[in-house]
Amino acid sequence: MDNTRCEGCTGEDSKMQEILSSYEKNKDNLIQILNEVQEYYGYVPERAQLAISEYLSIPMAEIYGVITFYARFTLKPKGKYHLAICLGTACFVKGSEQILERAKERLGIVEGETTKDGKFSLEATRCIGACGLAPVFTVNDEVFGKATVKKLDEVLDKYMSEE
Amino acid sequence: MKTLEEIKKIREEKRKELDLRVNTSADTREKHILVCHGTGCTSSKSPKILENFRKIIEEKHIENVRVIQTGCFGLCAKGPIVIIRPEDVFYAMVKPEDCEEIIEKHIQNGELVERLLCKDIDNKVVKQLDELNFYKKQKRIALKNCGVIDPENIDEYIAFDGYKALEKVLFEMTPDSVIETVSASGLRGRGGAGFPTGKKWSFTKMAKGDQKYVVCNADEGDPGAFMDRSILEGDPHCVVEAMMIAGYAVGANKGYIYVRAEYPIAVKRFQKAIDAARGYGILGKNIWNTGFDFDLEVRLGAGAFVCGEETALLESIEGRRGQPRLKPPFPANEGLFGKPTLINNVETYANITKIILNGAEWYSSIGTEKSKGTKVFALGGNVNNIGLVEVPMGVTLREIVFDIGGGIPNGRKFKAAQTGGPSGGCITEENLDTPIDYESLQSIGSMMGSGGLIVMDDSKCMVNLAKFYLGFTVDESCGKCTPCRIGTRRLLDMLTRITEGKGEEGDVEKLEELCKNIQKASVCGLGQTAPNPVLSTIKYFRDEYEEHIRDKKCRAGECKALMKLHIDPELCKGCGLCKRNCPVDAITGEVKQTHVIDPEKCIKCGTCINKCPFHAIKS
Repeated sequence: MDNTRCEGCTGEDSKMQEILSSYEKNKDNLIQILNEVQEYYGYVPERAQLAISEYLSIPMAEIYGVITFYARFTLKPKGKYHLAICLGTACFVKGSEQILERAKERLGIVEGETTKDGKFSLEATRCIGACGLAPVFTVNDEVFGKATVKKLDEVLDKYMSEE
Repeated sequence: MKTLEEIKKIREEKRKELDLRVNTSADTREKHILVCHGTGCTSSKSPKILENFRKIIEEKHIENVRVIQTGCFGLCAKGPIVIIRPEDVFYAMVKPEDCEEIIEKHIQNGELVERLLCKDIDNKVVKQLDELNFYKKQKRIALKNCGVIDPENIDEYIAFDGYKALEKVLFEMTPDSVIETVSASGLRGRGGAGFPTGKKWSFTKMAKGDQKYVVCNADEGDPGAFMDRSILEGDPHCVVEAMMIAGYAVGANKGYIYVRAEYPIAVKRFQKAIDAARGYGILGKNIWNTGFDFDLEVRLGAGAFVCGEETALLESIEGRRGQPRLKPPFPANEGLFGKPTLINNVETYANITKIILNGAEWYSSIGTEKSKGTKVFALGGNVNNIGLVEVPMGVTLREIVFDIGGGIPNGRKFKAAQTGGPSGGCITEENLDTPIDYESLQSIGSMMGSGGLIVMDDSKCMVNLAKFYLGFTVDESCGKCTPCRIGTRRLLDMLTRITEGKGEEGDVEKLEELCKNIQKASVCGLGQTAPNPVLSTIKYFRDEYEEHIRDKKCRAGECKALMKLHIDPELCKGCGLCKRNCPVDAITGEVKQTHVIDPEKCIKCGTCINKCPFHAIKS
């Protein structure tokens, strides 16, 4: 996922059209389309919602209702590095709460927020199914298993020192 | 497109070629290096290991060696895992840089790479997979092909009796006889509730409708459960085949699988399986000239636990908010798009092909009187052998935790095990010897659930655990009905107060009353079972609740607000490390004198505990 494409989505309409045209105009395709939009833009921009609304003939309010219902869809762009800390039971039992606390402290944001410079966003996620490696956290698509506060610090140090 | 004859030929030829995967004395000069590509091992760089092996083999021009990606072997704690067949040698925690040594020593010179062999809990070095205690009491039916075949290669699936059950069903059985077989096998829904599968199938068959659907519930939201994911990742075709058999039995020609988007590998492999089956003419119109049509579609979830509830799942497939419908009508009569719909869980489907091929009698000979077959558990938490285990119904929790799981690490004591996730309850020491089946778990205040099994040692606070689960249900409550939306929120508020030392006399009774109301008045399974973690922890650990409330004490030391730190003057050497590291300057004391913590200033961050070299700081 490349999160740099989300600047108001200007000039991205062709991609939006490409996504839409790969689906038939059936209302049951809404969640499928939203998944693709979220994946591409890193969030669901208002313009995309409008385009979907027109394409599937679903009112904006209903689309908003669906977006806010599902945890995977967001209305704000995520950071360049999206840090997700698993709070599934297996990870919780192995102390992932401390890792989340440390992440909040280091980034100065709470779950669901993005840092002002847009570099990091933080999420407390549900089980990602890598319980064998608990506790785990992910940065974008990379999974870090058997995590400790120290390991989190090392990973954050690496990304923070980047320009 | 392949004719049935061509598929039979693939089965025969491939089976010979792959005999070494399951037969240690196979007559072959070939060697297969199997690299686990389940989610756990993939996260610890197993694709890189596979790539390295292939590169080295090419560079060295080694012949008769193949490197294959497989699904999960189960022992995730020892990953990434590499197995070499036919000799069945098991290497654990392999790193990409170890490949060279494995090739040179093992493949080229026939020696074992001792340092990568796995150590069992008793420190015995184990050469072969079957020697591990972890595997000794297991019986693999649903996971039969996981770790044996390449899940992205349909020919390998076909080699191990793949699509043979479908052939039997289409040519030798009527829809009614299929349903009779499934009923007679005693198979029950593996999603958690344990409804008899055959009954569900016959209800859907009997329902009137011009169009019917078959749905697979792969929205495995129960935190700590990953068996459905492993089946889809390790053996996706067995679910495709079972859904087709179900379609034939109930009279449906279209199937949907609803998978969590959080499982990208499972989604990818299942989609590949569908494409491959279509390519072979196994999915599509007029399959093998029998007149039977069937096709499948993948639908992605988007992160809502409640969508594991069958009617909420249907709402979500239809593109709406995943809010449960009122039952009746049940999906068997009015399901997807208002049509009769059969919904089963992944693990339930994974048993079907084996039941068809081996017969109902074989399946029902395994397990207990009312719960037949096996159950896959995702063993996690404070236990040595974390991973996926498949055991016959009726084994005891003690066998799973201590014999298969290898007991509790770090010399700690077993405190409780939680089954059924946020809908289940905890099981304590006194019930460790209960044979596990649907009924017995319910009678001790827990439930089978989808199969998450989290073990907790004595460092865990049970009040905090109940609070954790309630935090989950509050987040995941869809908001449709008041008892669940507001009731769980109130439960969480009360539990939070108790863990913060603000509990009052009578709180436990209030919790119990509210729990019972939520159970009775909620619309769907999520709300009806949400109080279970609270009720079962109160049942078994009432004294801990009372300690939190009356004595403002958390014996496990997990509830930070209740922690009172002090320095043991006997142990303190006055080194000053704690004082220098305290972020709020709450510690005072001269060098070589006993230091003191000011409870007013202390924020209980625990830094001093970690820093003190003499373990002098006590809570």
